[in-house]
Amino acid sequence: MVQAVQRYVGGRVLRKEDSRLLTGRGRYVDDLALAGMVWMAVVRSPYAHARIKAVDVAPARDMPGVVAALSGDDLASEWAGPLPCVWPVTEDIKMPQHWPVAKDKVRYMGDAVAVVVATSRALACDAAEAVQVEYEPLPAVTDVEAAMAEDAPLVHEDLGTNKSFTWSHGGVGDVEGTFAKAPVVVKERYWHPRLIPNAMEPRGVLVQPGLSQGDFTMWSATQIPHVAKVTLAMVTGISEAKLRVVAPEVGGGFGSKLDIYAEEALCLALARRLQRPVKWIEERSENYLATIHGRGVLQDMELAATEDGKLLAIRAKLIADMGAYFQLITPGIPMLGAWLYGGCYKADAYWFEYTGVFTNQTPTDAYRGAGRPEATYAIERAMDALARRVGKDPAEVRRMNFIPPFSEPTALVTGLQADSGDYEATLDRALELAGYDELRKEQKARLDRKDAKLLGIGISTYIENCGWAPSSLLGAIRYAGGGWDSASVRVLPTGKVEVFTGTSPHGQGHETTWSQIVADGLGIPFDDIEVFHGDTAVSPLGFDTYGSRSLAVGGVALKMATDKVVDKARKLAAHELEVAEVDLDYESGRFSVKGAPKQARSIPELAFTAWQAHNLPPGLDPNLEASATFDPPNFTFPSGAHICAVEVDTETGKVDFLKYVAVDDCGTVINPMIVDGQVQGGIAQGIAEAMYEEAIYDENGILLTSSMMNYLVPSAVEIPVATLDRTVTPSSTNSMGVKGIGEAGTIAAPPAVLNAVADALSPLGVTDLQMPVSPQRVWHAIKNATGRNGGPA
Amino acid sequence: MGTRRVSLRVNGVPQEAEVEPRTLLVYFLREGLGLTGTKVGCDTSSCGSCTVLMDGESVKSCTLLAVQADGREVTTIEGVAEGGELHPLQRAFQENHGLQCGFCTPGMVMAALGYLQKNPTPSEESVRLALEGNLCRCTGYTNIVRSILAAAPAMNGHAAAEAGVPGG
Repeated sequence: MVQAVQRYVGGRVLRKEDSRLLTGRGRYVDDLALAGMVWMAVVRSPYAHARIKAVDVAPARDMPGVVAALSGDDLASEWAGPLPCVWPVTEDIKMPQHWPVAKDKVRYMGDAVAVVVATSRALACDAAEAVQVEYEPLPAVTDVEAAMAEDAPLVHEDLGTNKSFTWSHGGVGDVEGTFAKAPVVVKERYWHPRLIPNAMEPRGVLVQPGLSQGDFTMWSATQIPHVAKVTLAMVTGISEAKLRVVAPEVGGGFGSKLDIYAEEALCLALARRLQRPVKWIEERSENYLATIHGRGVLQDMELAATEDGKLLAIRAKLIADMGAYFQLITPGIPMLGAWLYGGCYKADAYWFEYTGVFTNQTPTDAYRGAGRPEATYAIERAMDALARRVGKDPAEVRRMNFIPPFSEPTALVTGLQADSGDYEATLDRALELAGYDELRKEQKARLDRKDAKLLGIGISTYIENCGWAPSSLLGAIRYAGGGWDSASVRVLPTGKVEVFTGTSPHGQGHETTWSQIVADGLGIPFDDIEVFHGDTAVSPLGFDTYGSRSLAVGGVALKMATDKVVDKARKLAAHELEVAEVDLDYESGRFSVKGAPKQARSIPELAFTAWQAHNLPPGLDPNLEASATFDPPNFTFPSGAHICAVEVDTETGKVDFLKYVAVDDCGTVINPMIVDGQVQGGIAQGIAEAMYEEAIYDENGILLTSSMMNYLVPSAVEIPVATLDRTVTPSSTNSMGVKGIGEAGTIAAPPAVLNAVADALSPLGVTDLQMPVSPQRVWHAIKNATGRNGGPA
Repeated sequence: MGTRRVSLRVNGVPQEAEVEPRTLLVYFLREGLGLTGTKVGCDTSSCGSCTVLMDGESVKSCTLLAVQADGREVTTIEGVAEGGELHPLQRAFQENHGLQCGFCTPGMVMAALGYLQKNPTPSEESVRLALEGNLCRCTGYTNIVRSILAAAPAMNGHAAAEAGVPGG
C-alpha cells in the first residue's frame, strides 16, 4: 500500500492563527461582553497570616452600582466541595481544605476575604476598597526549613504541622553502600527560587447563566477547560452536564493556567446566585499574589563517583515550598522530576525523596518544566562540580557517563524506560556549533593576562519526560486524572474538514500543526481544515494542554483518527469501484485501482457519497468521520545539549552572553518553525530564571517583588539570540516518533547559564553560586571568595 | 461624578463621547468603542500590550486618560491592515513567527510601527532598545526582532508605493 505523500508534515508552514491575532481580532476573555453583565472584584488580605475577626461588607453594599458584597461566611453555602487538589501524593498526606474565600484565617498575602459585584469594572474596584476587614495579625513563616521547626507558626492549625508529606522514589541499588565506599562524593545544595509565571494575559473569567434551567457557560483564560468542567462541577454542585467551559483565545499559560482557581468557582456561584452574567479580570498586581508561583525548592544533591569521574550513585533530597494551600497538582510537582535526577547518565544506584511544606506564601504549582527544571539543574550543576573535583573537562565527564545511543526502550538508573536517545550526538553537535575548543583557548588567554572580564562556558545535557502516561501509571502514583487524549476528524460533504481535539492550545499553534497532520493524511488542502479546541461543548473529552503533551498524546490521537477515516474511505472506495480493498492504492487523498489508475475516488468524493448514504457497503455507517483516543504506553524523553558562553565582569558582577547554542532532540518534527519558536521562547524563560527573576518575600510574608516594576521579566534588551539546531531520534513510544518541545528550553537553560558563570569564577575560588545570578550576587560571591572588591584573579 | 466630552479620530473615524474623567484611554478604546485589539497586560505601564499610536507617536494607552486624547488622531491595531491585506509589518510577523499566544502582539506591532516610521533603516540593537517597553513571554523576542528588521525594507517600499514613488 502506498503511503500518503507528505507535503505539510515537516514543513515550515506559516500559522493559520496569525492573521486574526495580528489584526486585533483574537478574542480573549476580556474581549467578551454580555448584556446585563456585572463585574466581580475580590477583596484580598494585605497580611500573610492573620485571624479574620470581622468582615463588614455593608459599606460596599450601599455604594452606587453595587449588586452584591459577600464574605467567606456568606458564600459558604455555595460550595459542594473545596477547591480541588488532584494529586495527594502519599496515603498519609496532610491535606488542608481550600475554600474560594477564606473564613477564619488568611494564610497568604492575597488570600481572598470577600467579593463585591457591581455594574462596572471601576465601580467594583471602588466597592472592594470599601469593605472593612478586621484582622489579628499572626507571625508568618516563609522559609521551608524554618517552617519545619518545632515552634514554627502553623499555617493550618488543624493539621498540627507544616510538614504535609514526604514522598520517596523508593530507590534503586545499594545507595548507602555505594556512597560509603565511593572514592569521590560531591555534595551540593541548591536553592531554586520561587518564580512568578507572568503569562502576558492575566487570568479572567466570564460566566453566562443559561436560558434553560440551571445551565452555565464559563469562558476562562485556562489551559484546562476539560479538567475545569469536571472539577468545578464538584466544587459548585452544578451538574457536569449543565456546565460548558470554553477557553477562548488564551494569552499564554506556562502552567499558571493549568489550575482551578477560586475566581472561576466564584463567578459560577455568583452567576447562579444573581442570575446575571458575571465577569472578573485579574489585575497584574493580583496576578502576582493570587495566581500560582513556580519552583521554591531546596535541593540537597549528592553524587558518588570514581576518581576519574565515572558516576556511581545519585542521591537527591528536596524540601519543596507548597505555599499556603494546595492548588490543582501542587504536591506532585517535584515528582515530575523524580526520575530525572540521574540525567542521561549511567549509574548503579539512585535515591530521590522530597518533603512538602506549607508556608504563608502564594501556593506553588506547575510552571514551565515543573519538576524537570529542578532535576536538570541539580544533576547538571552537580556534574560540573564533579568535573572540577576530578579535574576533567565537563564535556569529557558527561561523555564518559552517557547512556550509549538507543532506539528501543532502555532503562535509566532511575528505573524508567527511556524511549530513544543519542546524547553524545547532540553534545558533539553543540560543541561544534559553539566552537568549544576556541572558547576554552580564549578563556585561558583571559586568565593568563589577568583580564577583569573572565570567560565562562556552561554545558547542560538534559533529558526530560513528557506526555505523562499510561493512565494506569498515573493511577499508581496517586494522580486522579488520566494521561490519554482524543481527537475526531469529520470530512464534510463538500470536502472541507472539521478537526476536534481534546487539547487546548494557548500559543502553541495547534490549529496549524494539527492541520498539517490531517492535510497530509487526507490529501485535503491545508486551508480547508478547521481545528476546534478548548470548548467542552464541541471537543471530545480530553486532558488539555500542559507538560509538552499535546503532540505526543493528542497529536498522535489525531493521526489515529485520520488513519481511521482513510480506512473507512477505502472500504467505500472499494465498494464503489467494485474491487477488493487490497487492489487499491492510496496517495494524497486519492484511491485508485492498481493497474487502472484512472478508476479512482478522492476523499471529498467519498465524503459526499458517505453522507448521501445511497449506496454503502453492508455494515458501513454513513459519513466520513472517526474518533480516536491514545493512551501512550510510556512517556517520551526529549533531550539535548545547550552550551552557553558568558563574560563575567569581575569588577561589577555583570554577566553578558557571548554565545548560546542549543541542540535539541524532540524526535520527529511536524513544523520546524514552531519547534524553533518553542525552543527560543523556552530558553528566554530559562535565562530569565537563571539571571533575573525571583519572588522575594520579607519575614512577615509580604511580597516585595509585587509588580513588573520590581520583578524583572526580561525585555528584548536582555535576551540573547540562541543558535539552534537539532538531532532527530524518533520516539519509540508512539507511531509518529514525536516527543515534545514546549518546556525543553526552560529545562535546559538555567544550568547552562549557572555552569557558565561558575566556570568563569572557579579560578577565583567561588564555589557557591545560586540563582538568579544578578550582578549583586556575582559581586558578593567574588568578594566572599577572594576578600577583594572584585577585579581579576 | 461628572463627565467630559472628548472628540478624536480613531483609525481615521471621527468619534465623540462623554467619558468619566478617570477613564483610561485603553478602556475608552476597548469598552467605549469596542476596539478590543488593544490589550491590558499590567497595571504599572510595564508591559506595553496597550501600545497605540497617538499623532503617529507610540504611547501606552493605559497611562493616558481618554480626555488627554481629545483632538488627537489615534491608531490602534485594528487600523493597521488595509483593504483586508496585512500591512507589511504584520506580514513580517507572520512570516518570521514573531508571535505565539498573540496577547502582546498588538502592542508589539504598534510599538514597532511607531519606531519604523521614524527609523526606516534600523539596526538589530536599536530595535531591541526600541522594544524595551514591550514584554513578551512566549517568543524570547528573537523572532519579533527578526520580524521588525524584515519589515523595514518592505515598509519603505510600501510607503513609497503609497506616495506614488515608482520602485520604492
